[in-house]
Amino acid sequence: MTKLKSSEKEAIAGYLFILPNFLGFAIFTLVPVILSFLLSFVSWDMLSAPKFIGLANFINLVGFHKEAGLFVANDPLFWKCLGNTLYLMMIIPIEIMASLGLALIVNHKIKGINLFKTIYFLPTITNGVAICLLWAWIYNFDFGLLNNIIIKFGNLLGVHLQGIPWLTSTAWAKPSLMMMGLWIMMGGYNMILFLAALQGVPRELYEAAEIDGAGSWERFWAITWPMISPTTFFIAVMAVIGGFQGGFMQAYIMTGGGPDRSTTTLEYLIYNHLYSWQHVGYAAGIAWFVFIIVFLVTLFNWRFGGKLVQYSHY
Amino acid sequence: MRDEKLLAKKVKNVRQKKALKTSLIYVFLVLGGVTMILPFLWMVSTSLKSYNSVFIFNIKDIQWLPNPVYWKNYIDVWNVVPFARFYVNSIFVCVAVTFGQVATSAFAAYAFARLRFPGRDKLFFAYLATMMIPGSVTMIPVFALMRTFGWIDSYKALIIPSIFTAYGTFLLRQFFMTLPRDLEDAAKIDGCSLWGIFWRVILPLSNTALATLTIFVSLGNWVSFMWPLLVTNSIEKRTLPIGLAYFQELYQYAQPDWGLLMAGSLITMVPIIIVFLFNQRFFIEGIKLTGMKG
Repeated sequence: MTKLKSSEKEAIAGYLFILPNFLGFAIFTLVPVILSFLLSFVSWDMLSAPKFIGLANFINLVGFHKEAGLFVANDPLFWKCLGNTLYLMMIIPIEIMASLGLALIVNHKIKGINLFKTIYFLPTITNGVAICLLWAWIYNFDFGLLNNIIIKFGNLLGVHLQGIPWLTSTAWAKPSLMMMGLWIMMGGYNMILFLAALQGVPRELYEAAEIDGAGSWERFWAITWPMISPTTFFIAVMAVIGGFQGGFMQAYIMTGGGPDRSTTTLEYLIYNHLYSWQHVGYAAGIAWFVFIIVFLVTLFNWRFGGKLVQYSHY
Repeated sequence: MRDEKLLAKKVKNVRQKKALKTSLIYVFLVLGGVTMILPFLWMVSTSLKSYNSVFIFNIKDIQWLPNPVYWKNYIDVWNVVPFARFYVNSIFVCVAVTFGQVATSAFAAYAFARLRFPGRDKLFFAYLATMMIPGSVTMIPVFALMRTFGWIDSYKALIIPSIFTAYGTFLLRQFFMTLPRDLEDAAKIDGCSLWGIFWRVILPLSNTALATLTIFVSLGNWVSFMWPLLVTNSIEKRTLPIGLAYFQELYQYAQPDWGLLMAGSLITMVPIIIVFLFNQRFFIEGIKLTGMKG
């Protein structure tokens, strides 16, 4: 038996250490990425053999055709779902502001602060299905808490107020889901990240500003806001990336994607194509569309992230 | 004399200002706290009401304190749906995935952080690159794979694909990189094997990182929804979130028994809240760690 050099030994050990993880990674991540790319060029219902159809999935997805002199989308449902997804993402700036606001308040060393932090964090550690059920109950048209309060309030004023069809009207369903999202998100991960960022701002800056006679409002805009901008930017980018992949559970539990498909997001559409309609290739096509968007957002982050924010030199 | 008085007045002013500020902060804190806690209190309140008194709406009264308190929901919920089964499934899957992921990630992370071998950096880049790929991209072919393997509606499908993530490897690798090399060198001189270094030096030094990953993986798996929904068909294989969803589907054409549903939801929440309360530190550290690396 020949004796191995120590570098060879180390290399063998390296491969052995990686092997268990790599096998799984290859089977359940690397190969599937390639497979899903290939799937987006086929038509397949998981029963018969997959049929190669070239770019047809993508042409159906994002293409237009002329109908009576007008350009009509080949797949209006896809565009509607993309619109829904973007609409629901409009809550992101408000979520970020709320998280920052909470972080600013929580960033005081006063009695009982940890209790409040824990309370704010509760929705984040709660099973999402439980949260969706809770809000479906609160939004319930006939017996829900919110409509109950509205009607009581009306009685108090001596007017007859109608309950709001929170989840059952196309006008209200999306704002209702956004409100719930705000409630879930504002005290969660982002608040913790902002808190860490706030605690990282050097004390001396504030002390210097105070000596110069800057009020707390000025101090916030002149010091806090620029100093935490990397965190704000990171949170915004992650929220946008997450937003394009969101909305599945709400749609599944609370609205069924309705009414009239008004709460069907791209993620729920993918599920429908994959599971309900067995359009595996088409589902892969949509997934790749989302991937491309996420990739562009990430590129934007790499390219401009450093320029838009203030990196501290401490 | 006058100066002293002025100074005293100034000090008093500053103190008053500070007291005012503190009370303002408390006002906001409580406002935020009430917003977060009220829905949960309504959940608890509803869970203690019988089917009929949930719809107390008839007499136009919001009843926060159930009267009479109806504990039976918490007993019935185990019989209406096989809740205990969901619970056992969830715990089993969660423990298996967490153990598998932390163990394989730690092995791979050690190799990436400390051992030299051809192709290491390229491989690590491949791991990194996959982290930004949306879950649905890989989920579709993996779902098809599960069907091909005949794994649909089995624990294998619930557990095995969830074990291997680039994220866990990445997190631990970043942590291992920060460990000082002196101890390892000393161990090497003492004739410790690479496995010995990993087991006796690296792992004991990485308690925090391992705990953080354990908590993140188990929390993520405990609430995971779409994948278990896709790969399970029978009631016996459902995990808690899917079980809850199934529970709700029972009432598709009628007003659900909200008391029962809320009791079921609360039961699923309890263990994770307890885990959180005892491990808050790791949660916070983990969030910061992943956030900063961004």
